[in-house]
Amino acid sequence: MTDAVIDLRGATVAYDGRAALTGVDLHVAPREVVAVLGANGSGKSTLIRAVLGLIPLAEGDLALFGTPFLHFHDWTRIGYVPQRGGATTGVPATVREVVSTGRLALTGLRRPRAADREAVDRAIATVGLSDRAGDSVSTLSGGQQQRVLIARALTCDPELLVLDEPTAGVDAASQAGLAETLGELANGGATIVLVAHELGPMTPLITRAVTMADGRVLHDGAPPDSDHLHLHDPEHAHPVHEPHPSSRHVWGLR
Amino acid sequence: MNPLAFDFMQRALIAALLVGLAAPAVGVFLVQRRLSLMGDGIGHIALTGVALGFLLGTAPVLTAVVVASIGAVVIELVRQHGRTGGDVALALMFYGGIAGGVLLIGLSPEGGNASLLSYLFGSLTAVSPTDVVVISVLSGALLLTLAVVGRQMFAVCHDEEYAKVAGLPVRTLNLLLAVMAALTVTVAMRVVGLLLVSALMVVPVATAQQLVRGFRATVVVALGAGVLASVSGVLGSFYTNTAPGALIVVVALGCFALASVGGVLVRHRRRTFGDLLVAPPALTTTKEPTPR
Repeated sequence: MTDAVIDLRGATVAYDGRAALTGVDLHVAPREVVAVLGANGSGKSTLIRAVLGLIPLAEGDLALFGTPFLHFHDWTRIGYVPQRGGATTGVPATVREVVSTGRLALTGLRRPRAADREAVDRAIATVGLSDRAGDSVSTLSGGQQQRVLIARALTCDPELLVLDEPTAGVDAASQAGLAETLGELANGGATIVLVAHELGPMTPLITRAVTMADGRVLHDGAPPDSDHLHLHDPEHAHPVHEPHPSSRHVWGLR
Repeated sequence: MNPLAFDFMQRALIAALLVGLAAPAVGVFLVQRRLSLMGDGIGHIALTGVALGFLLGTAPVLTAVVVASIGAVVIELVRQHGRTGGDVALALMFYGGIAGGVLLIGLSPEGGNASLLSYLFGSLTAVSPTDVVVISVLSGALLLTLAVVGRQMFAVCHDEEYAKVAGLPVRTLNLLLAVMAALTVTVAMRVVGLLLVSALMVVPVATAQQLVRGFRATVVVALGAGVLASVSGVLGSFYTNTAPGALIVVVALGCFALASVGGVLVRHRRRTFGDLLVAPPALTTTKEPTPR
């Protein structure tokens, strides 16, 4: 039997004495594409941050790729796309400089070699930003900044890609482009876990949905009916836009 | 009158050159984290270290290194773990450092106002041969360290959470940056002075930001602006008989003002003429994605 990519058992996380996760289990097998859904404050972002070890567990056990978290050091196998906002800082940085930091998990202290630079260029090309590689990230649109963070996560060809709200504040064309990139990665054998408010054009990719509410798993199973996805309010379902055929190959468009 | 004919000026210029390189090289990471005032906070703490040296009769530079490093690490730990925001932690250090320094100097038998002033605003004649050795070794170590861990430091200062998931030693790098900032302050205090040292860490970086787009380019331009300000400030203070720290900062601010005007002109040109030059018909800008 192959090891689960993510094996989280009985996870409890508390902020300032208030439980953000209570007894949550999450098992993700290789090649699954899991959407973590839920309203604001439901604990969905907390769940994936706990999975990455960014928040300590008050209770529970975590193993990644079959290795207990304390002994897990194989970070090149994981690509993480945080919520946008970390894309710009006090000093301007170019797209290539930011994406290059993704390769540090592999290069360590040694200087980058030709293969590393090629991997960075490839990741930038994957998200369609090759023509902006030398531009400052702060001059890009919200959707483009999101793509920079995705490219950064792709530089080590991760087996597990974890995305926190990758579609928040991103225009429809960029969402379709994101769906296409994730589809290619999934076809290539990657495991994907993403947090989302709405799945939009990513709906067909999802193999399983975990719905969170009040820090607990409300539903874990087949993804919601793609025609009537209702995350926030079961009484008022709203339809999801199916990816339009013409929305393929759109990373280059804005 | 040739300034290089004087031994003290040779020493001051060597120190200025090294400080002009080291201060912006470390400062760029503080600016990147939006902790521009951290150098100031450490400078204030270092004053307590200098005063402690007066009181104990040891070399003030050594006590300043120790006290400033401890203070910088405390600021960093408060930032990492405390409920107090980073800015409040800095404010506490400002007040504590100045108050401690003035108090200890009052208690020390020989710490006169003149020597205190030379630490606060720098002095051309203050750089002793021992100081030159200390400054050379420390700034050499700082630049060498940054050459090795600069990429990691950039990643941590850019996005700390991402750096954790990339497996980088985030906590160690944060503490290393704090200690490097403390060393920079003590290296620079003989020439620039404790109250103005932070300016040499921040203003050249701000100057570079007006002109260039990337981080690496910012570092290169900031080092150039730092050396220009520190060396010309020291030379100018020789002729005008003023505190070098003040003149260095005035030159640095002058460079910043020029760069701001230059940056506005460049961006205006790019906006006005750039679109006309580079915008082809819409269809040709639509690119097929590169296949993987």
